[in-house]
Amino acid sequence: KVDAERKKTFVLKMPMELTQSRIQKIWLPNDNRPALPRRSCGPQLANSPTVIVMVGLPARGKTYISKKLTRYLNWIGVPTKVFNVGEYRREAVKHYSSYDFFRPDNEEAMKVRRQCALAALRDVKLYLTEEAGQIAVFDATNTTRERRGMILNFAKENGFKVFFIESVCNDPTVVASNVMEVKLSSPDYRDCNSTDAMEDFMKRINCYQASYQPLDPDDYDRELSLIKVIDVGRRFLVNRVQDHIQSRIVYYLMNIHVQPRTIYLCRHGESEFNLKGKIGGDSGLSNRGKKFAFALNKFVEEQNLKDLKVWTSQLKRTIQTAEALQLPYEQWKALNEIDAGVCEEMTYEEIREQHPDEFVLRDQDKYYYRYPSGESYQDLVQRLEPVIMELERQENVLVICHQAVMRCLLAYFLDKSADEMPYLKCPLHTVLKLTPVAYGCRVESISLNIEAVNTHRERPEEAKKGPNPLMRRNSVTPLASPEPNKKPRINSFEEHVAVSSALPGCVPQEVPTQLPGQ
Amino acid sequence: SPARELTQNPLQKTWEPYDNGLPAGHSAQRGVCMTNCPTLIVMVGLPARGKTYISKKLTRYLNWIGVPTKEFNVGQYRRDLVKKYKSFEFFLPDNEEGLKIRKQCALAALNDVRQYLSEENGHVAVFDATNTTRERRETIYKFGEENGYKTFFVESVCVDPEVIAANIVQVKLGSPDYVDCSNDEATEDFMKRIECYKNSYETLDETFDKDLSYIKIMDVGRSYLVNRVMDHIQSRIVYYLMNIHVTPRSIYLCRHGESELNLKGRIGGDPGLSVRGKEFAKSLAEFINEQNIKDLKVWTSQMKRTIQTAEALGVPYEQWKVLNEIDAGVCEEMTYEEIQENYPLEFALRDQDKYRYRYPKGESYEDLVQRLEPVIMELERQENVLVICHQAVMRCLLAYFLDKPAEQLPYLKCPLHTVLKLTPVAYG
Repeated sequence: KVDAERKKTFVLKMPMELTQSRIQKIWLPNDNRPALPRRSCGPQLANSPTVIVMVGLPARGKTYISKKLTRYLNWIGVPTKVFNVGEYRREAVKHYSSYDFFRPDNEEAMKVRRQCALAALRDVKLYLTEEAGQIAVFDATNTTRERRGMILNFAKENGFKVFFIESVCNDPTVVASNVMEVKLSSPDYRDCNSTDAMEDFMKRINCYQASYQPLDPDDYDRELSLIKVIDVGRRFLVNRVQDHIQSRIVYYLMNIHVQPRTIYLCRHGESEFNLKGKIGGDSGLSNRGKKFAFALNKFVEEQNLKDLKVWTSQLKRTIQTAEALQLPYEQWKALNEIDAGVCEEMTYEEIREQHPDEFVLRDQDKYYYRYPSGESYQDLVQRLEPVIMELERQENVLVICHQAVMRCLLAYFLDKSADEMPYLKCPLHTVLKLTPVAYGCRVESISLNIEAVNTHRERPEEAKKGPNPLMRRNSVTPLASPEPNKKPRINSFEEHVAVSSALPGCVPQEVPTQLPGQ
Repeated sequence: SPARELTQNPLQKTWEPYDNGLPAGHSAQRGVCMTNCPTLIVMVGLPARGKTYISKKLTRYLNWIGVPTKEFNVGQYRRDLVKKYKSFEFFLPDNEEGLKIRKQCALAALNDVRQYLSEENGHVAVFDATNTTRERRETIYKFGEENGYKTFFVESVCVDPEVIAANIVQVKLGSPDYVDCSNDEATEDFMKRIECYKNSYETLDETFDKDLSYIKIMDVGRSYLVNRVMDHIQSRIVYYLMNIHVTPRSIYLCRHGESELNLKGRIGGDPGLSVRGKEFAKSLAEFINEQNIKDLKVWTSQMKRTIQTAEALGVPYEQWKVLNEIDAGVCEEMTYEEIQENYPLEFALRDQDKYRYRYPKGESYEDLVQRLEPVIMELERQENVLVICHQAVMRCLLAYFLDKPAEQLPYLKCPLHTVLKLTPVAYG
């Protein structure tokens, strides 16, 4: 009877009444129908949760891929977490003695290893069913059909999709290099010298060889969804991609590489609008901004790079900066600064006066906040995704962009959450030099020692208690890749190098000029 | 030396350096330089494996995203040379006369490829033929090298007799080759034609062809083998090929119902529906119901008028910001009269090159295409979809499906209260 009443009401009243949410400026129906799953930015990226299952011998890059993929998925807004069985093992077996642990005839150890895998799967289930996780990356060798069969059953019982990522590599140079890069420094080998560690690890790999059953998409595994990455990306075999997110994962894996290279991020030189405290617009460089451009030229020369690509936005100030480098550059509209909509070209004072509500809302939830007729950081991430994809393909690149844009890109490289992203420090006249190392990214902050205004606004005290869950009705909060369950984070390294050797007299801190209202 | 001065291109609003008052040679690019040297895509596969389908679709996609691409179908050259097709015997491996003609046609096509890529500013050429022998592929690869092209092979492998039979029905029976034949005669002849190629077919091989760049598509996209992707454009091509499918479905495109600003002749803004607009929304709901579509997905922009329209359907829908109407910048919410009054130069420029024209602080159709690319990619992945969008946006999407060039795109007719129903058929 109640339902019939409700239905009658629905038919009688004017349908199509909408209200615009205050922070995200999303139009939602007025009635309180249970929120149909509406995402504010794009297609439903994934409906059933997915378990990504890594497959491969040790030192084939499984953990590297797991962590990188997880970082990417979280950045684009898909809650993802890595479950590394090795870490569960280290938790269970406090001290690693030798490769003997991994011998196939070591029954005691086999039991422990199986327990660890099961414990990890239990946590996978928790994450995907109770912690709003969308994707779990199960990082272990998973080299036998038996083990993979067990995981498939587990997934089936719980209604999870499964996608396998196998890394196959028989090039001894690559394997040795991987061992050097990430194994010698593993907690397992903390009491060993490099030679002993290397020797032990190679024997460890050997323990898996005999029982290794690679994925066989032509026959035994023809019904599975999988990608086989061969020889560090020279070749790929892809079978039965089921949905959008698997398609994106395949595309991402096919674009990443492991060539050493450096990415430089900086903002345009100080602009005329910066000097006036105005946001947005399309002004040219101030005198100090022009000085910065020349200093940047010198800096780039001294870096002595092979084949540097230079990218700018389509706003005058980044292009003027690039012009000083006397190198070819490419303009990307996608790199334009966040659109402040009705607040374009205003100072923060003017915004506070003319749009007081908006001013407050922005500080409440700076990531999701969309300027009226403008954009949010969340919108920026979506528009920057092709930039990230191309950065992954490229080698040495200098990106001359803007404050909000740089924060988004930096958050991707340093695995920062949506909450932290709008407050990352990206001062003018400072270059961030990013170098991939081990499982993450080393960052050096190099100030070029040219004075500029400070455009950074700290998170206000009242807003520091964290995002208000009520305001996030229709979107999923991107997280930084969550802490692996049993291990402290080792996935990003941050170093602020005190002095750049490139420029004499270079100081690490900018010399800020405080403007009122900042 | 001081940095060059910048001047803003009045049409596209892009900043370009100039020397002595003249634009310097540096072009403002829309985005990443997709191709530095031209690319030659070489199709590989037995007849009726979807090579021409893939060639045409890929060419359409690349042109839409702004990469000048052209396909060269060797069968077409053969039909031009040998006026009347008699029977499969033309394709017998021991028919010397036939072999000579076919090789001639391949070379003629390659010659046109060279002209297109090296003299006509083409970026990508799709060489559509069986190319089933190593010998033939070697010839083509050498040709590519000599001319400074990158070569990328796309092989389609399929052994499912049902798929092949369906392909024959879809596109071979209607071929000019079989204009005087009954369907049964045509099918029989075509099957024998396929047999002619089988003995000499050398599929792309893991070892022998390990240094080539290629994608092998198996069983209409069930699985793929990708080898040595060299650059951005090859990566995009692979991504596209891996997202398309051949399952029958329909795509419905329409605009929001008439809006309050439509009534006032004003562009842009974020108004709600007028009374008639709401009527349309209700009619749309009825129409959709009658179509009885299985698993229809509904997409809207994030502007009130498309969402209001979708609300009337009573089904779940997804909001895409990238489906928002073209941003008219300083001209937002103006009438065309007001624009002409306040921005006479802009008004004139827009008519000069409506595709590339960017509103001051706004967007161009060219910008729209770039922002809509993920929508197209997802439309390719999906099955039945209704997209409720806006005039300029709908023109861009329609131009993709109907293979309309940039010059025509901004003038495609997309009236209010009209639904366009698109169904894939044959090659289009």
